[in-house]
Amino acid sequence: MKRVFLLDGLCCANCAAKIERGIAKLDGVESASVSFLTTKLTIVFDEEKEDKIIEEAMKIVKKIEPDVEVEEY
Amino acid sequence: MKTRIGRIIAGTVIFVLAAIIPAGQVWVKPCLFAASYIIVGYKVIWKAVRGIVKGQVLDENFLMAIASIGAFALGEYMEAVAVMLFYQIGEAFEDYAVGKSRKSITSLMNIRPDSANLKTEDGIVQVRPSKVKPGDIIIIKPGEKVPLDGVVIDGISSVDTAALTGESMPRSVETGDEILSGCVNLSGLLTVKVTKPFGESTVNKILDMVENATMKKAKTENFITRFAVIYTSIVVGAALALAILPPLFIEGAMWQDWIYRALNFLVVSCPCALVISVPLSFFGGIGGASRDGVLVKGSNYLEVMSKVKYVVMDKTGTLTEGVFTVEGIEPAEGFDEDQVLRFSAMAESFSTHPISVSLKDAYGKSIDESLVSDIKEIAGKGIEATVEGRLVQVGNRKLMENIPHVSLRENAGATSVYVMVDGAYAGAIYLADKIKEDAASTIAELNSRGIKTVMLTGDNQEAAQRVADKLGVTEYHAGLLPTDKVDIVEKIIQSKPKEHKLAFVGDGINDAPVLARADVGIAMGGLGSDAAIEAADMVIMNDQPSKLGRIIKISNKTMKIAMENIIFAISVKVLVLVLSALGIVGLWAAVFADVGVSMLAIINALRCLKTN
Repeated sequence: MKRVFLLDGLCCANCAAKIERGIAKLDGVESASVSFLTTKLTIVFDEEKEDKIIEEAMKIVKKIEPDVEVEEY
Repeated sequence: MKTRIGRIIAGTVIFVLAAIIPAGQVWVKPCLFAASYIIVGYKVIWKAVRGIVKGQVLDENFLMAIASIGAFALGEYMEAVAVMLFYQIGEAFEDYAVGKSRKSITSLMNIRPDSANLKTEDGIVQVRPSKVKPGDIIIIKPGEKVPLDGVVIDGISSVDTAALTGESMPRSVETGDEILSGCVNLSGLLTVKVTKPFGESTVNKILDMVENATMKKAKTENFITRFAVIYTSIVVGAALALAILPPLFIEGAMWQDWIYRALNFLVVSCPCALVISVPLSFFGGIGGASRDGVLVKGSNYLEVMSKVKYVVMDKTGTLTEGVFTVEGIEPAEGFDEDQVLRFSAMAESFSTHPISVSLKDAYGKSIDESLVSDIKEIAGKGIEATVEGRLVQVGNRKLMENIPHVSLRENAGATSVYVMVDGAYAGAIYLADKIKEDAASTIAELNSRGIKTVMLTGDNQEAAQRVADKLGVTEYHAGLLPTDKVDIVEKIIQSKPKEHKLAFVGDGINDAPVLARADVGIAMGGLGSDAAIEAADMVIMNDQPSKLGRIIKISNKTMKIAMENIIFAISVKVLVLVLSALGIVGLWAAVFADVGVSMLAIINALRCLKTN
């Protein structure tokens, strides 16, 4: 399953890379990609673990970039 | 953004003031510097503190905070403020540059239609395009964007297709024509019957594609983000070692000196210049290409395209128009040219084969279909029908096999159609497919770049050779079935060195497997062809082969700029690190290696948007 989020206010390319790496490591995540230029986060993941993965992913975003607003795209 | 610039300006003024006032009273200068520092840098410090609390140690805020606070502690007030000030200027510039290139690419997104004028029983209602269903009737006024794909059922107008094809000449449409969403209706009122839901309409597909392109990252991009992590860890580690080890083990080494040098390392350890400039280059390249009417589905394809050494092309529809024209008619005794053409056009009147269509076009007059009956296909040979009470057979050479006493002349290179009336040979029609205007110059350009050009076609040897000779392709294969094309591409891929890449260019009809097998699959004339847009890695939106040369140019330029940035950033950083370790340069140089290099790399990356 795939979900796309808009990371509004993402302003540091290195942080984007960190978020991408962090989420990609989560259990059940097949792939994660953050495009710094469109500020979009795409996660492809195992549907059964959806709730947990999305919750963890949001935590990672908030930890690395506390000022970013996340919205479903 | 505005308050940030305000802070930077205020901070700079105080900074300059602090720098130029004479060092009279001891406390004035440091206080001014401190004031400037707080105005410019309080946010960075705050973020750094928050980062530490959350366990995010090595982020850039932290590094800058430590470096500048360390410089303050060493009494280097001016440099401490400079580190923070220039860091902030750099950040502001970065935001501006990124925002600007975002905008220039999203200007392409302006093709997204906001509403459609739906015709209902209660008159015309404005609705969102996603609410319109296939079969619905919509009205498009002059100046409006075409919201969904459809067929014009009433009206004449010209439409601007620039957003889709990069073509600046308007295209004229009239009743019966297909019309694509994303075009702008220029002159007349059009009534359109919708053929596709919004999700499947051209405009939505294109938007999806461009928006998702940066998700498929190039190898260079992935390399640089991995490199950044290692780089920062190593440089920060080195900074730590530099601060502690020499004063402990080298006699006479001063703590202050070495801590100062270590602070330099912290400033230089920021990988920003690399991490931002490389994706920005690719983003620019993709944007530049789409402005040219070439859609690229991912940064990785630009990278591969720059390494292409083989371009394999389908003939019909790619290098040629795919439209046959009658080049000559040779009637047999007792028939004239017009008769031969009329009989064949009438016999083929119910067929949609490209050759049938061109026969009908060449005949030019309207055909009374009631005069044609008993149409039958003669498998592998042609077609037969009763026309005006006479038996007409139209077909290829095989049709003539059992007819004695007819000497047939093969027109070299053309496709021949033979016509028989009541069992007797009536004549031959020679048809040829027109080569596209810019096909030959494109092949010449590719050849001059050292790229091998290979043409594939299902046509016979003579027709293939004629086109191949005119174009000057390196190699051609004729008489192929669709499956043979995959085999040939497979063979070339097996025989070439791995670092040489292969691109396949086709019109997207029947060649999806080949598009998928090639390193880069390029579909041509993608407008309206769903199969092509889905199967290909790049889509040339109009029919011009010359866009191939363009996309190779753009790819090369993008890669060159990305490499320039990598080499430039790394070498300046390494140089400054070495000189700092030796104590030759100070924090000013470190600030340049961080902020200055970022700025220059970004400016360089923005060049990717424009290729001449």
